[in-house]
Amino acid sequence: MTDTSKNNEKEAVLTAHAENRAVAALMQQLPGIVQNANDAHGELSLTVARESIVAACRAVQAAGYNFLVDVTCVDWYPNQPRFQVVYHLLSHAMKQRLRLSVLVAEGDLSVESIVSVWPAANFYEREIFDLFGVRFAGHPNLRRILMPEEFQYNPLRKDFPVEGYR
Amino acid sequence: MSGTPILLTAPDVVDSSEDRTMILNMGPQHPSTHGVLRLVLEIDGEVVVRVAPDIGYLHTGIEKTCEAKFYQQVVPLTDRIDYLSPMHNNLCYCLAVEKLLELEIPERAQWLRVLLSELTRLNSHLVWLGTHAMDLGALTVFLYCFREREEILRIFDSISGQRMMTSYFRIGGLALEPPLDFCDRVRAFLKIMPERIDEYENLLTGNRIFMNRTKGVGLLSAEDAIALGVTGPPLRASGVDWDLRRDMPYSGYEKFQFNVPVSNDCDVWARYVLRVQEMRESVKIATQALDGLPEGPIKANNPKVILPDREAMKTQMEALIHHFKIVTEGFPVPAGQVYQAIESSRGEMGYYVVSDGTAKPYRVHMRNPTFATLQAIEKMCVGRLIADVVAAIGSIDIVLGEIDR
Repeated sequence: MTDTSKNNEKEAVLTAHAENRAVAALMQQLPGIVQNANDAHGELSLTVARESIVAACRAVQAAGYNFLVDVTCVDWYPNQPRFQVVYHLLSHAMKQRLRLSVLVAEGDLSVESIVSVWPAANFYEREIFDLFGVRFAGHPNLRRILMPEEFQYNPLRKDFPVEGYR
Repeated sequence: MSGTPILLTAPDVVDSSEDRTMILNMGPQHPSTHGVLRLVLEIDGEVVVRVAPDIGYLHTGIEKTCEAKFYQQVVPLTDRIDYLSPMHNNLCYCLAVEKLLELEIPERAQWLRVLLSELTRLNSHLVWLGTHAMDLGALTVFLYCFREREEILRIFDSISGQRMMTSYFRIGGLALEPPLDFCDRVRAFLKIMPERIDEYENLLTGNRIFMNRTKGVGLLSAEDAIALGVTGPPLRASGVDWDLRRDMPYSGYEKFQFNVPVSNDCDVWARYVLRVQEMRESVKIATQALDGLPEGPIKANNPKVILPDREAMKTQMEALIHHFKIVTEGFPVPAGQVYQAIESSRGEMGYYVVSDGTAKPYRVHMRNPTFATLQAIEKMCVGRLIADVVAAIGSIDIVLGEIDR
């Protein structure tokens, strides 16, 4: 997709969801933070700037998305930026879900940890660190969680073989 | 493995500046850890000062394996994640892929899915009740629970040919029409179940030892539960009225009448009472599903995704071609990303599926309830005795298969 059509889609989605409390909060408090937006399959996803993920989480938490469901990562190798860290949020009161994601390029594989906003992120961020090698700055205990401590690879990366050595 | 003494490598617990406390290693081969969970406890006398769960002993790389399989080949892998509620995993994965494919699932398939999901919940809760009571010294309950569980497993065996790893749900519907005596068997089972639940309650609910071991133990406030990502019965036992079956219905749950039990006691006892009530509600939902089970097809109508009937395959050229293509090449799924969540026996189970437009999933991530709930174990145990740790682990109904994946 070209940049202009992406931008058009983003504007269209943000206009369509202007009354959504998370979108409104992000647009008002942190203008320019949303880099991309889409709502395929009835799921609103917003890509936000990597540096402002903690601020974005605080804003949507204040806007009513009280529950952090899941944090995970997708490796888009060999495309750049390579990693997409995905946050799934839930609002108990509004019965709505929201997906935030940030893009992380190779060279500086680091995202601010959101453990200070939701302590639930602790294990999830450790899992991403373990399986993808993305670091979370400010995480209280960033160690491997599933693989053994002395393991040297990040098995969920796309350049790690599914079986054997190739 | 290098020569490091694993027993002592728990940097977030070991603190040698104080000599008052000692490190106690609980698990991974401890009967009350329900599998291979290792807890590193820092204790002062018999009082727990800190708890650090150490997981990963059962890690099999299922998420990685999924990326190398066709979409339909992932279904049997999902059984093996939470081996006590295989149908919930099947259902959640199928719903996620169906959302990407925008498939319309026929009503009969949806109702059978609900019926089997509730039987799965009963199955899982029975194992939980038996083992939880056994951990706390009430050995008899285990035998009673496994008597009924055996009947559920026989029903699963009759419909899918497998007792535990059923793989009965398929993308687009169900694998097979259930056998002729299926409804009678399930009806007979659901009829005896309420009095059997009374039997378990007779053994435990008024039991002084069980009450002393569980009341006021493993306290978790609603704020902590939400902050730590706790879902399912432990969340509802902390007073948060949230059940995905009612609040964000899937697979036709909006057509069923049931109550969502909630408790404000926040302790192990509340989680016990709540799960027993949930079992009664499951019987209610399953009975409704059985009574109102509609006739009709059990698979969606999309020959490019769903395998043809055996009969059609033997008589029609197109069906044979579709069968060959699906089995050898899989079916392409439109590019996109979806997150589908269901209320499993243990809480919110979610599948995040990313497609790049090919026949193999680009990424499958499972959000499993006890992975997050395990983070609350420290809140529940600190300042309590070691024996209470056993009660707390039991009360979050831990399944290591889904934590480690």
